[in-house]
Amino acid sequence: MIRTMLFGGACALALTTAASAETVAITNAKIETVAAAGTIASGVIVLTDGKITAVGANVSVPSGARVIDAKGGVVTPGLIAPSSNLGASEIGGVRETRDDGSGTEMSAGFDIAYSINPDSPVIALARDGGVTGAAITPTLSGGGGGAHRDDGDAELEALQNYTAGRAGDGDPRLFAGQAALIRLAAGDTDIVTKAKVAVALDLGQAGARAAGGSRGAAIVLVKSAFEDARAFARNRSAFEKGATRDFGLSRIDLEALIPVIEGKTPLLVRVRRASDIRQVLKLAAEEKVKIILEGAEEGWIAAADIAKAGVPVIIDTQADLPDSFETLASRLDNAARLQAAGVAVAITGSRDFNNLRLQRLNAGLAVANGMPYQAALASVTAVPAKIWGMSSVGTLEVGKTADVVVWNGDPLETTTWPTAVFVGGQQQPTEYRGLKLRDRYARPAGAYPRAY
Amino acid sequence: MLTGLAFAGASSAYAQAAKPAAKPAEKVVTKPLPAGLDPSAGAAPFASTYKPLPGRATAIVGATVLTATGQQIENGVVFFSGGKIVSVGGAGTAVPADVAVIDGKGKWVTPGVIDAHSHLGVYSSPGVQARSDGNEVTDPNTAQVWAEHSVWPHDPGFNRARAGGVTTLQILPGSANLFGGRSVTLKNVPSHTMQGMKFPGAPYGVKMACGENPKRVYGGRSRAPSTAMGNVAGYRAAWINAADYKRKWDDYRAKVEKGEKADAPKRDLQLDTLMGVLNGEILVQNHCYRGDEMAVMIDIGKEFGYRTTMFHHAVEAYKVGDLLAKEDVCFATWASWQGFKMESLDGIDANAAIAYKAGACTVIHSDDPIMTQRLNQEAALAMAAGNRIGMNINRAEAIAWITANPAKALGIGDKTGSLVAGKAADVVLWSSDPFSVYAKAEKVFIDGGLAYDRNDPQYQPKSDFELGQPGEGAFHQ
Repeated sequence: MIRTMLFGGACALALTTAASAETVAITNAKIETVAAAGTIASGVIVLTDGKITAVGANVSVPSGARVIDAKGGVVTPGLIAPSSNLGASEIGGVRETRDDGSGTEMSAGFDIAYSINPDSPVIALARDGGVTGAAITPTLSGGGGGAHRDDGDAELEALQNYTAGRAGDGDPRLFAGQAALIRLAAGDTDIVTKAKVAVALDLGQAGARAAGGSRGAAIVLVKSAFEDARAFARNRSAFEKGATRDFGLSRIDLEALIPVIEGKTPLLVRVRRASDIRQVLKLAAEEKVKIILEGAEEGWIAAADIAKAGVPVIIDTQADLPDSFETLASRLDNAARLQAAGVAVAITGSRDFNNLRLQRLNAGLAVANGMPYQAALASVTAVPAKIWGMSSVGTLEVGKTADVVVWNGDPLETTTWPTAVFVGGQQQPTEYRGLKLRDRYARPAGAYPRAY
Repeated sequence: MLTGLAFAGASSAYAQAAKPAAKPAEKVVTKPLPAGLDPSAGAAPFASTYKPLPGRATAIVGATVLTATGQQIENGVVFFSGGKIVSVGGAGTAVPADVAVIDGKGKWVTPGVIDAHSHLGVYSSPGVQARSDGNEVTDPNTAQVWAEHSVWPHDPGFNRARAGGVTTLQILPGSANLFGGRSVTLKNVPSHTMQGMKFPGAPYGVKMACGENPKRVYGGRSRAPSTAMGNVAGYRAAWINAADYKRKWDDYRAKVEKGEKADAPKRDLQLDTLMGVLNGEILVQNHCYRGDEMAVMIDIGKEFGYRTTMFHHAVEAYKVGDLLAKEDVCFATWASWQGFKMESLDGIDANAAIAYKAGACTVIHSDDPIMTQRLNQEAALAMAAGNRIGMNINRAEAIAWITANPAKALGIGDKTGSLVAGKAADVVLWSSDPFSVYAKAEKVFIDGGLAYDRNDPQYQPKSDFELGQPGEGAFHQ
C-alpha cells in the first residue's frame, strides 16, 4: 500500500534514481531463467542498480537488500509483447485515441514512435499481465481493433477496407510504417527505447486490397518500391533537383525503406496463407531483405521452408478458425509445429492493447497443444527479445537489465497473477484504473455515493 | 392500415350487439384463421427435427465432478442412460453391471458448456460478405427477423466450439438495431439443416441492443436513433405498438371465445415477436454494456410489463450488481475484454465476481468463435479476479457461470445445464481441471450421445465446407 502511494503520480519520477540504486533480493522462488541455467527449483535472484547481479539456488541475500519473499511463487523475465499497438492506441472504437496507423498520406515513413503516450492507462493494464517490454508496430488500416463483427458498424467495416494508399493510382502504399520498442516503466517520460526497428508490410488479402485488388499486384508494387528506394539511395541529389523519374513513394517513405533494402532493418510482414508465406520467403531472398513473419496461420505447412530461411514468426496461438480464405488450414498446434521444425516462435496476445495481458495464456495454450513448456516461456520472453534485438532483456542472467516478474504460481496459468513487477530494477506500481474501479465497487455501498 | 380497418370492423360488431332493443346476438362461429395468419395457432413453424446421436448407458467413474449445483465430488460417478443423467455421486454410487465404463481418474467432469451469446452460423467462417448474415441493418427495429433463418449449419466454428466442450448455444442477431430479431437456441450437433440442431422446447429470445451501436449505425444515416435518448424513444414506441397489437389479438380471442363476430387483426411478424415478450413467451436478451443503461432498460420493462431476462456484454454489471440481484436479471460478460470502445471503457476483470457476490445471476459468454472454444478458461479468469481480492470463489460455484446459469437465462434450465438426475446427459470429460489453461475437452456427450472424442477421429466431425480444403479437420491433433 505504501509502495503504491509512493510510486503514484509525480513521486515516481523523483524516486527513479533512488529506486534503481536499490538492492532487491527475491527469495523462496522457483526461478525460470529462460537461459542456460534453466529452472531453479528454489532460489534467490538479486537485483542491484537496475541489473540482475546474482541468480541461483545458493545465492546469499546481500546485507541491506530489500527482501521480497516469493512464497514459493515463480520468477520469470518480464514478458515482451512481440507486436502490439500498446501506447499508440487507447480505445479501439474511439478514432481520436488511435494513432497506430499511417493514414492516407504516408506509408513506410510513418513512425509510430511519435504516437506513443507513456501516460496511457493501458500500459499499466498490460504490465498487470507481466508485460515489461513491447514492440509497437503500425497497422495498415488505421489500427484500433476490438470491435465486434456484430456491431453492424459500417464505419469500422469500411475502415478495414480503407487502405493506406489510394489504390489504383500507382502509389504502392502497402507499407504500414516503422515500428518502435518500448519499456513499460511507470514514471518514465520517454518509454521508447528504440525507434525505426522495422517497417511493417501487410501482404496476402490485406496487401492485395491495398494494392488495388490482387496479390500479384501487391508483390510487384513492393518490388517496385524497393527498386525506387535503391535508385533514390544511389542518387539523392538527382532527386532533390527533380532529375529522376517519378517514384511511386514520397521521399519520406523511400528514406524509411533504405535500411530495409540494405538489410539492416527487418520487414515485419503480415501474411497468413502458406503460399503467401512461400512467396514472401522468395521475395526476401531475391531482394536480400531481412524479414519477420507475423500471423502465419498456415505457417505449419511451410515450417521447413521458414526454418531453412532462418525467419522468425510471431504467432497468435488462438487462431484456429478458417475465418478467411487465407486461413483455411489454421490449427491450434501451429506454434508447436513451427517450434519443433526449428523456427524461432514468438507468441503474441491479442495485438490490441486491452487483451495484451493475455499473452501468457496464449503461451499456455501452446503448451496444451504440444509446445514444450520451456519453449513456450521463451516464446514470450527470450525469443521476442532476440527477434527485436533487445539483448539486455528476455532472460534472467547476471548482467541483464532487471525486468523481472514475480508470480503467485505458474505464469501461464489462468489462476495466476503477478505479485511484483520490476522494470530496470524498479518495482512498478500495482495500481491502475481498472483496479481503482474494482476497489470502489467491491466494497459495500455507504450512505454517500461512491464518488466521495 | 389493414389492421386498423379490421379493428373498426370488430368495434361495429360490438356496437350492434349492444343495442338495447335488439334480439340477443346470434352465436357466431368464427372460422379458424388459415395457417400463417394466426401467430399462436397450429404447429410452430420451422420446428425442430433434432434427434439425439445414438448413445449407450455410460458411467464415468473416478473423476472429479463439478455438478453446477454447488458440489465438487472427488472420485465421483456420473451415470447416464437413455440420454438422461441417471445418477451422480461419490465412489459408492451404484452403476448397473452391463454399461460402458469410462475411467475418469485424474480427469474432471462438468455439464456441457452453454454459450449464451454466439453468432456461429450467422457470422460464419470464412467471414466473407456473402455469409455476413447476422445483422439486418436496414431498420432500427427488425424484431421480425429470426436468426435461425440466417444460420448456416456448416459453419466450421460449430465443430471448434464442440471441441471446447460447448453443447448448447444461443445464436443471436447482431447489435446494430434496437431490436435485432429473434434468437435461436441450438444443440451443438452436426446437421445439414438448422432444424436438425434446434433445441426442442427452448423458448425464443429477442435481441435488444443498448448504447453505441444502434445510434451510430442509424445516426450515421441521419435517421433515428442518433442518441441514447433516441434509443429509448425507439424502444418505448415499439412497446406501445406491441401492447396495442396484443390488445387487438386479446380482444379478438375474447370475442371468438364468447361466440361473437370478430375480425382477426392482420398478423405482423415484427409485433408478433414483441407480443411474445409481453405474453411471457419470448425472453429479452439485451446487449447493454453500461450499468446506468441497464437501470433504464429495467424501468422500460416495468413501464410496459415485461422482464429482461439477461443483459449481455454487461461489463459494468459490477456497478449495479445489487439492482440485478433485486430484479432477478441475469448478466453475461467476458472476463478479459474491455476498453475496446467507449461503453466498455470501465470493464474490469473482477466484474463478474463483484456482481456475483452481490447476488446477481452470473454468466460468462463469448460473442466470439475463438473465445467460445475456451469459455472454461474465461470463467477461470473471472473467478481468479475475484479471488485476487479475497472472495474465495470456488470451482463448484464458478462452473455454473458457463453451464447452469446460461441454461436458466435461455429458459432451458429445467432441461440441461447441471448434472442432476433427469436432465439431459450433456456432459464433458476434461483432461484435467477445466479451470486450467492446460485443460482440454476429451469427450463431449450431447443427450448421452458421444458428439466429440479428442482421441478418436471417428468422433471428430468435419463440416461440408471443410471437406477437401487445406484445413480439412486441421484443428484435431
